[in-house]
Amino acid sequence: MEIKKDRLYSQSHEWVLFEDDTTATVGLSDYAQSELGDLVFVNLPQEGDPAVKGETIADVESVKAVSDVFSPVSGTVQAINEELLDTPEKINQAPYDAWLCRIKDVTGKDGLLTAEEYEAFVAGL
Amino acid sequence: MGHYLPHTDAQREAMLDALGLTDTQELFADIPGSVLLDHPVNLAPGLSQMEALAAMKALAAGNKSYRLTLRGAGCYDHFIPSVVTRVAAKEEFVTAYTPYQAEMSQGILQSIFEFQSLMCELTQMDVSNASVYDGASAATEAAVMCRERKRRVALVSATVHPDTIATLRTYCYGTGDEVRVIPAQDGLTDRAALEGMLTEDAACLIVQQPNFYGLLEDVCGLFARAKEAGVKGVLSVNPMTLALLPGGKEVGADIVCGDAQPFGLPMAFGGPSLGFMTTTNALMRKLPGRIVGQTTDPAGRRAFVLTLQAREQHIRREKSSSNICTNQALCALTAGVYLTCLGERGIRAVAENCLSKAHYLAKALCEIKGVALRYPGEFFHEFVTVLPVDARKIQDVLEEKGVLSGLPLEDGTMLWCVTEKALRSDLDQVAAWVKEVCEA
Repeated sequence: MEIKKDRLYSQSHEWVLFEDDTTATVGLSDYAQSELGDLVFVNLPQEGDPAVKGETIADVESVKAVSDVFSPVSGTVQAINEELLDTPEKINQAPYDAWLCRIKDVTGKDGLLTAEEYEAFVAGL
Repeated sequence: MGHYLPHTDAQREAMLDALGLTDTQELFADIPGSVLLDHPVNLAPGLSQMEALAAMKALAAGNKSYRLTLRGAGCYDHFIPSVVTRVAAKEEFVTAYTPYQAEMSQGILQSIFEFQSLMCELTQMDVSNASVYDGASAATEAAVMCRERKRRVALVSATVHPDTIATLRTYCYGTGDEVRVIPAQDGLTDRAALEGMLTEDAACLIVQQPNFYGLLEDVCGLFARAKEAGVKGVLSVNPMTLALLPGGKEVGADIVCGDAQPFGLPMAFGGPSLGFMTTTNALMRKLPGRIVGQTTDPAGRRAFVLTLQAREQHIRREKSSSNICTNQALCALTAGVYLTCLGERGIRAVAENCLSKAHYLAKALCEIKGVALRYPGEFFHEFVTVLPVDARKIQDVLEEKGVLSGLPLEDGTMLWCVTEKALRSDLDQVAAWVKEVCEA
């Protein structure tokens, strides 16, 4: 299982990659995609939707269940990765490239985990 | 009648013992005394089969049966071939409840799969669900499918069946969404009024074909305009008309729904009915209720499964968008048998018969002084006439003759319906009776 060192993580297994102080892209960690299994559908927010830390921002569907994706930060959805709508399997194939959405005006960075902290967190699960 | 309760006294005692109780009543100890019945339920001891049959026959004798029905308004009197009733009454179908241990019940899943396939073919859409309660709930569930975070308003034409609009209002009351009714002009959806109502918060446009007054709406034009405004098109259709009219995608519908009661189900005092819903691949995951898919088992054999269930309430709990958790399995099976028996040509023949017989009666009635079509539009098998006398008077006179008249509407007009069951001689006779009343 890969944990990229260039980004931060949440305890609900989303990754956050800051482009600048107030803009971040969000995706699912390698651990998350491997636990979910083969994804068949992803339901993304719309541009302009509010993102609230800890609340649902998207959902992903595997063969047997739909799981919520929780926003790791607060802000406003600036862009979504529309490519995933047709090819959700990219989340399984390359979780750290398959970003779900980009959030601007980010607040609430506290409580995010570094790669080392996330690795320890996952090891304890 | 015999005792059909499955547990013996000994079994009940064993269960109570296991629970450490002495009396069944102790199971209800947590219920406050104020809401408990303080005396035994007053139930008669039961009847012998002969007595029960006699009692039921006496009750049935109180029903009024008409030899001819000229009333539709959402529930239609079509001929049901004997083979349809016979096949649907097979015990293994009658007793099969909507499957919970789904894949164990390959037979009932296959019957639902066949129904879905037939509905997809008829409505010319990609995906069908296993059915819902009735046409009103189907249209309302369709509106729920279209709801988005920023689009929470359901636009519904005033020409849609009043029961459908009422059901829609009930649902939207619960979710806090809004229903806006597009006014009618000459019995049709008012195109000009629609223009101002296609706002950015509108989610869907619900149009009924033929509409409540029996008239054919310009659904292509209405849905095309809605689509430009980002509003989804919901076509609530009498499926019998699809034998003659273009299918869902051709008219620009995102969802096709309606009541499939005309397909082999008796009017039966208004139910049970059969709601159907079909949609595009794009909206497939929002389709509520059960969906049966075809696959192969590990040995490569054809098999059926419930599919696309991941958003249903037993998995998504409070996050599911629909509370539909069952379907009208036996009614869907009946409709499937009906469609299979009649085939494409048979369905078209029934629809053409309805169309021409309704126009025959309309013409005959309009030859009576003071009787005329209320609206100028084209119609299928229902039409509204103005009358020179109280509509209820015509209803009463026809009732004496064993004929259920058209439905008296609030404005004093009458909504007539003619199906293939009416003979030309019946219709001539009805026109003569109406003429007598009108010219008396």
